[in-house]
Amino acid sequence: MKTCPDYIVQYMNDYLDGDLEPSKERVLKENLATCQDCQKIYHELNKTIAFVQSASHIEAPKGFVEATMNKLPKQKQRSGAQRWFKQHPLLTAAAIFFVMMSAVLFSDFNNEQQFSFTKQPNVVVEGNTVIVPEGEVVTGDITVRNGDLRVDGELHGDVTVVNGQYMASSGVITGEVEEIDQVFDWLWYTIKNGFKDAASIFNNEDAMIGE
Amino acid sequence: MDALVNKRIAKVIKGDQDAFAEIVELYQHQLYQICYRMLGNKHEAEDIAQEAFMRAYVNIHTFDQKRKFSTWLYRIATNLCIDRIRKKKPDYHLDAEVRGAEGLNMYSSIANDDQLPEDELVKMEVQERVQYEISRLPDKYRAAIVLKYIEELPLAEISEILDLPLGTVKTRIHRGREALRKQLSNL
Repeated sequence: MKTCPDYIVQYMNDYLDGDLEPSKERVLKENLATCQDCQKIYHELNKTIAFVQSASHIEAPKGFVEATMNKLPKQKQRSGAQRWFKQHPLLTAAAIFFVMMSAVLFSDFNNEQQFSFTKQPNVVVEGNTVIVPEGEVVTGDITVRNGDLRVDGELHGDVTVVNGQYMASSGVITGEVEEIDQVFDWLWYTIKNGFKDAASIFNNEDAMIGE
Repeated sequence: MDALVNKRIAKVIKGDQDAFAEIVELYQHQLYQICYRMLGNKHEAEDIAQEAFMRAYVNIHTFDQKRKFSTWLYRIATNLCIDRIRKKKPDYHLDAEVRGAEGLNMYSSIANDDQLPEDELVKMEVQERVQYEISRLPDKYRAAIVLKYIEELPLAEISEILDLPLGTVKTRIHRGREALRKQLSNL
């Protein structure tokens, strides 16, 4: 039995790949017409292709996507929080602001249970009461925490009393008087002052002494 | 399609894991099919296909978006399959006795150089037989044949997936086809 020349088999393969030059294609066809062995090989090759292509389409099993996603490295999940922050910048800013503010405010409110007041000359302290004595003139604001304030003399400035009382008396106050007793008042006051302080951040006259 | 996929990829790179689920959704069947035809075993195919997606996910930043994503993904998968086939060969003898008892389904799960007895081949269903014959191909021909005739990909793409020159791909397909022809000469 004679074997077909290799180049013919090569031509067949090229032809099946769809890239045989027309001149060679003619050679191949002539050969196929005359050589039974070549015909047989060519026929078998075509059958082989048809056979492989008869393979049915296979689909991934159900739940493949979920199973795959579950296998992904978990440390990337952490970036889920980052992604959330990126997608909601405003909410993030608000949340951070709220958390930090409340931390500052509540710690301030809770930690400063001590009696303290703004240091001013000419001021007298009796127990937990700050007194501007009669006949004295104090220039500047006074803030009293956890104590009372009594003005018998003259005060040229604002008065703020936190967790205490401003006791009205014969004194003269040229500024505003504010009494703060509750957490939310305190909160509001702090925010208000925060803005004021921001405006005059270098103008720090509010030197406190603790007692 | 590519623009759509690239959009998802950009999201994944930013850390959006859900966008990757959509990519898996898109390619799951084709990728699984490649793995199944290469390995001939459902569990292994699922395992390797998942592994391929996992690697694609981890290395997504190395993917060049000017290229075709499927090519890159299939390349990861075929490499994993070929590795798996090569690793499996040593324990092939351990299975030899079990196989006789377990029936035909086991045959298709193993890279098999042996010819089954004629009467067993005749009893096989066509689909089983196709997979069996593909599994008998040497792995380097198998990948080329699967990509060419099951996935019906153009030669240029196969050459990129297998990272081989076009000429080499053609040779492998020719030889694979020739090997199959000889295997099937009794059909």
